[in-house]
Amino acid sequence: MTIIQAEGLTKTYKSKSGPVHALAGLNLSVPQGTVKALLGPNGAGKTTAVKVLTTLIKPDEGTAHIDGIDVVNNPKAARRIIGASGQYAAVDENLTGFENLEMVGRLYHLGAKTARKRAQELIDQFELTEAGNRPVKGFSGGMRRRIDLAGALVINPKILFLDEPTTGLDPRSRLALWEIISQLVNDGTTLLLTTQYLEEADHLSDDIAVIDGGKVIAEGTSDELKAQIGGHRVVVTLVDEADAGAAREILARHGDGTPTVSERTVEVSVVDGPRALQYVLSDLGQANIQLHDAGMRRPTLDDVFLKLTGHRAEDEASKNDAEMEKAQ
Amino acid sequence: MTAVSQPAYESVGSPLSQLFSDGWIATRRNLIKIRRVPEILVFTILQPIMFVLLFSQVYAGAMNVPDYVNFLMAGIFAQTVIFGSTFSGAAMAQDLKDGIIDRFRTLPMSPAAVLIGRTNGDLVINSISMMIMMGTGWLVGWRVTTSVWGFLGGVAVLLLFSYSFSWVMALLGMSVRSPEVINNASFMILFPLTFISNAFVPIHTLPEVLKNIAEWNPVSALVESARQLFGNTNPDFPEPTAWTLQNPIITVILGIIVMLAIFVPLSVKKFKSISSR
Repeated sequence: MTIIQAEGLTKTYKSKSGPVHALAGLNLSVPQGTVKALLGPNGAGKTTAVKVLTTLIKPDEGTAHIDGIDVVNNPKAARRIIGASGQYAAVDENLTGFENLEMVGRLYHLGAKTARKRAQELIDQFELTEAGNRPVKGFSGGMRRRIDLAGALVINPKILFLDEPTTGLDPRSRLALWEIISQLVNDGTTLLLTTQYLEEADHLSDDIAVIDGGKVIAEGTSDELKAQIGGHRVVVTLVDEADAGAAREILARHGDGTPTVSERTVEVSVVDGPRALQYVLSDLGQANIQLHDAGMRRPTLDDVFLKLTGHRAEDEASKNDAEMEKAQ
Repeated sequence: MTAVSQPAYESVGSPLSQLFSDGWIATRRNLIKIRRVPEILVFTILQPIMFVLLFSQVYAGAMNVPDYVNFLMAGIFAQTVIFGSTFSGAAMAQDLKDGIIDRFRTLPMSPAAVLIGRTNGDLVINSISMMIMMGTGWLVGWRVTTSVWGFLGGVAVLLLFSYSFSWVMALLGMSVRSPEVINNASFMILFPLTFISNAFVPIHTLPEVLKNIAEWNPVSALVESARQLFGNTNPDFPEPTAWTLQNPIITVILGIIVMLAIFVPLSVKKFKSISSR
C-alpha cells in the first residue's frame, strides 16, 4: 500500500537573480513500511519536498497525500500521524532534554502523564540520561540531534521524515545515528529521508529517488540504479602516464562505453566483468604497458549520479557547503 | 532499543480548550526560560531598580519639577514595560533561526499557541518588573494618592498596553527573522519614542517641534493615563492641547483594542506560513 503519494509538485521562489524552481513537477510514491531516500545535492529540492509533505509550506501546484490525508487541505490531520526532524536540531536550548520531549508530547495531546512517561522512555532508549536533566545548551551537536530525533518519535509516528539527519555530524555520531535509524525501520515505521551522501542512501534505504532540479530523475533500489549504468567497471592504474592513450584504446575495445582517464587511472564500464578484465590484461601485456594496479569494481551511486546529471553529487555538495560557510 | 506501542491520544477537547492547553504549555516553556537566562533576569530585576534609583536620585535635583519622584515613576514604568515587550520580537526571530518553529508547525497544536506563550512570557516579565519598580519607587518616596481601583487601573493599562505591543513585536520578529536586527531596531526606535514624550520631563518644557511630536506620541498618552490613575499629576502644569492627552485613558484603551484587533490575527496568519530558511 502506498502511504506517501505526491504528484506534480511545483514550488517557485523569488530571488534576486530571478525565480528559483525549487520543485519542478516532483512525483513521489512510497509504500508503507519501507524506507525511501531522496538523494541529491544541495538545492536539488529535497528539503522543499519534505517541507511540503510535513505541512510546512504549500506547493504552488500538485497534490500530496500521506496515508490518504491531503496534506495541503487538511494539515492538522496529517500532523497527527507524522514525526519530522529537520536539518537543524530543533530543540529549545533552555529546556532540558526531558522537558523538550515532554513538551512535544503535550503538544501532540498525549496528556501530561503519558507525555512524561514517553519522554522518559525516549531518554532511556536514546541513551540521553546525561542530557535528560540539564538544559540542552552546552551539549554536543550529536546529542542535540539525538534529542531532536527523539522528538520526532514521541508518538511512534506512522510516517517519519528526516531531512539530512546526519549533516554536520562527525563520523562517529553519524554511525551511531544510522544504528538508531536502522532499528526504527525494523519496527515498521515508514521513513522518508533526504541525504546528499550516497553512502547514507545506500546504507539506510530500500529505495532511492535521485533528485536534481526539483524533479525525480531516477528511481529504484540501489542495485537497480547501478544496473542502469552497466554492470562492472574495469579500472587500471598505469605506472607511466604516457601510456594512458594506448591503454584507453584497449579499454575502449572491451568496454561498452567511453573510457574515462584521470591521470594514471583509466576506467570503463563493461558487460561481463571478469571476462573483460582478462582480455584487457592480456592486451595490455602484449602492448608492454606496465601496470601499477588493475581490477574491477561495482559502480557506486556516485557513478550513477554522474551519469544521470553530468555532475558529481558529493563535489556539488561540498562546493555548496563552502559557499554557505563563506556567506555566513 | 525495544519497540514501544504507539501511545494513545488523550481525547482532544474543543478547539477553545485545546487553545488554552497548548497556550499554557507554550507559556510554561517561556517561564522556564525566564528562570534560566541570566540576561532576562538582569533586565527584569536589576535594570528597573537601577533606573528608578538613577533617575530619582541623579536627575531630581536638576529637574525644575516639584515632587519629581512622583512625576517620574509613571514614565519609568511605561518605558520599562515597552522595552519588555521587545522580547517577543527577538524570541520569535531566534526560534525561526533555530528551526524550532518548524518543529512546532509539524505538531497538531493550535497555531496561536506559540504566540500566546511568547506574549504571556513578556507579560510575566513585565509584571515582575512592575512589582520591583513599585517597591523601589515606594522606598524613594513614590505614593499612589487615588484608591486601590486607581492603582489597579494604572497597573492594568501599563501591562495591557505592553501586552498588545508584544503582538506587534512578534509579527515584526517573524518578518525580520534576525534577533540582532530586532534588538538594534527597537533600541533605535524605542529610545527616541520614550524620550520624546512626557515620560521624564513635563511636556510644556519641550521646544515647539518636539512638543508637537510628544503630545501625539502614544507613549505620552500611556504615561498620562498612569499618572492620572495613580494620582501623580501636577495641577500647576498647563492643560495639554492634543485630544489624546486630554483623554489619555480612552486613547490608551482604544490603542490596546486596535493593536490587538490588527496584530493578533496578522501574527497568527504569519505563523501559519513561516518556516526556517
